Amino acid sequence: MKALEFDRVSYRYPEDDFDIIDNLSFSVEPGSFHCIVGVSGCGKSTILRLTCGLLRPRCGRILAGGAPIEGQSRYCGYMPQRDLLLPWRTVGENLALPLEIRGGYTRAERRELAESVLADVGLAGCAGKLPGELSGGMRQRAAFARTMLAGSDLLLLDEPFSALDFLTRISMQEWLLDQWEKHKKTILFITHDVEEAVFLSGSVLAVDNTPIRRLAEIPVPAAYPRTRACFARPETVALREELIEMLRRQVEV
Amino acid sequence: MNRANRGSLPALIFLFALLALWQLGAMEVNAAYILPTPLQILRRLWELRLPLFTVHLPATMAVTGLGLAISLALGLGLAAAMDWSPLLQKCLYPVVVASQTIPTTAIAPLFVLWFGYGIWSKVLVSVLMTFFPITITVYDGFRSARTEMTELLETYGATKWDIFRKIKVPCALPYFFSAVKMAVPISIIGAAIGEWLGAQSGLGYFSRRMMTQLDGAGVFAPIVLLSAVAMAAAGLVGLVEKRVVKWRGES
Repeated sequence: MKALEFDRVSYRYPEDDFDIIDNLSFSVEPGSFHCIVGVSGCGKSTILRLTCGLLRPRCGRILAGGAPIEGQSRYCGYMPQRDLLLPWRTVGENLALPLEIRGGYTRAERRELAESVLADVGLAGCAGKLPGELSGGMRQRAAFARTMLAGSDLLLLDEPFSALDFLTRISMQEWLLDQWEKHKKTILFITHDVEEAVFLSGSVLAVDNTPIRRLAEIPVPAAYPRTRACFARPETVALREELIEMLRRQVEV
Repeated sequence: MNRANRGSLPALIFLFALLALWQLGAMEVNAAYILPTPLQILRRLWELRLPLFTVHLPATMAVTGLGLAISLALGLGLAAAMDWSPLLQKCLYPVVVASQTIPTTAIAPLFVLWFGYGIWSKVLVSVLMTFFPITITVYDGFRSARTEMTELLETYGATKWDIFRKIKVPCALPYFFSAVKMAVPISIIGAAIGEWLGAQSGLGYFSRRMMTQLDGAGVFAPIVLLSAVAMAAAGLVGLVEKRVVKWRGES
């Protein structure tokens, strides 16, 4: 059974006169880590927004865990580009938000769950702080923790690290791989950063054209657990160059 | 606190300079029945303290309190309704705006004819002037909630009511406090205007009675009192706001 499956899905934005997602089929195995890499505005975020149900496909079916997503709830956790921690809630209350909406938890249970996940992501003791008191990297970790509490094994991450500075970003990437190996989630990660995609993915799903008719699946020739040392290996370098070349063809300067 | 005091020092000096100018100018004109000096006003305020504080201030505060309460209920209700349904927004918004084009002072005498000399004609004037800024400001507050936030909650399976409670209300809270800070002085002015036009008690009524007696200082004394009360009330709201809204400016 696939964690996620697109079956001939098409989507068109109301203001457009073409399908930005055109008859797209692809699938994702449970427990895998895929990056969808593509140039800005190519429609890769649209794939995530279709998956989490914020957009409805014009035709085709989207299956999560083998069943159509219509009528399912909590089949995915969506983490948007900006951390979107609500500034008026403490970090702990922010994490409790998906639990509050799902209902069926007492206040004490929510707090306990939030605190245990916070400790998991390395933010133990931050539950009582306001998001404004955290650094950019900490905020992203808190947002990731909240996404995990959305209660699904399928995590959709939309360029979560793109706003971070370089050093924070690479340590967050290592941190995310740790989290993935620890929690055995299925992760679909969007990025326009080729190096990030190569470092994180089991295989890269590359958008080689807009409208998106297919995702080119390119396996990364490196085993987990990974370190940044893998960038020194010739096959990784070759893959990175190949992907950059593929993306550059789509960018008109 | 220390810094705040230092910050208000120039304002205080400026205020005193203005008052001194007024004092000197009024002494020069020497016509206390139309232009009393600040000192004369203060003296009159002291002389009239008994009727002002025991009869007329409570009467005006009753009108203001009722007017503010009704305006808040009406304003919040309208704002929430307009945010909830685009159709209601289309219907209500023009009416709300049009209500502000009514020259309240001009038709307030009619309210006296409709509702009599009792409290309700004054409350109506106060409400008519006050509910508008509350409605519009709080409505803007609801609209200020970012779509990304509401979308995030939708992916958690939130209902419209969840989004309203957990996103829109907190987003509107700073706006709400701005609205109340505006509404408090306006409702007091509204009450005073209502009393000026027809009443048996209240600071507006008292001020008018002093006018008919050509007692300039007596006209100003209740007005000074009104201003002081309005500023104190706005300050109080500001204090509450500081305790409740800790995240203003961030987000």
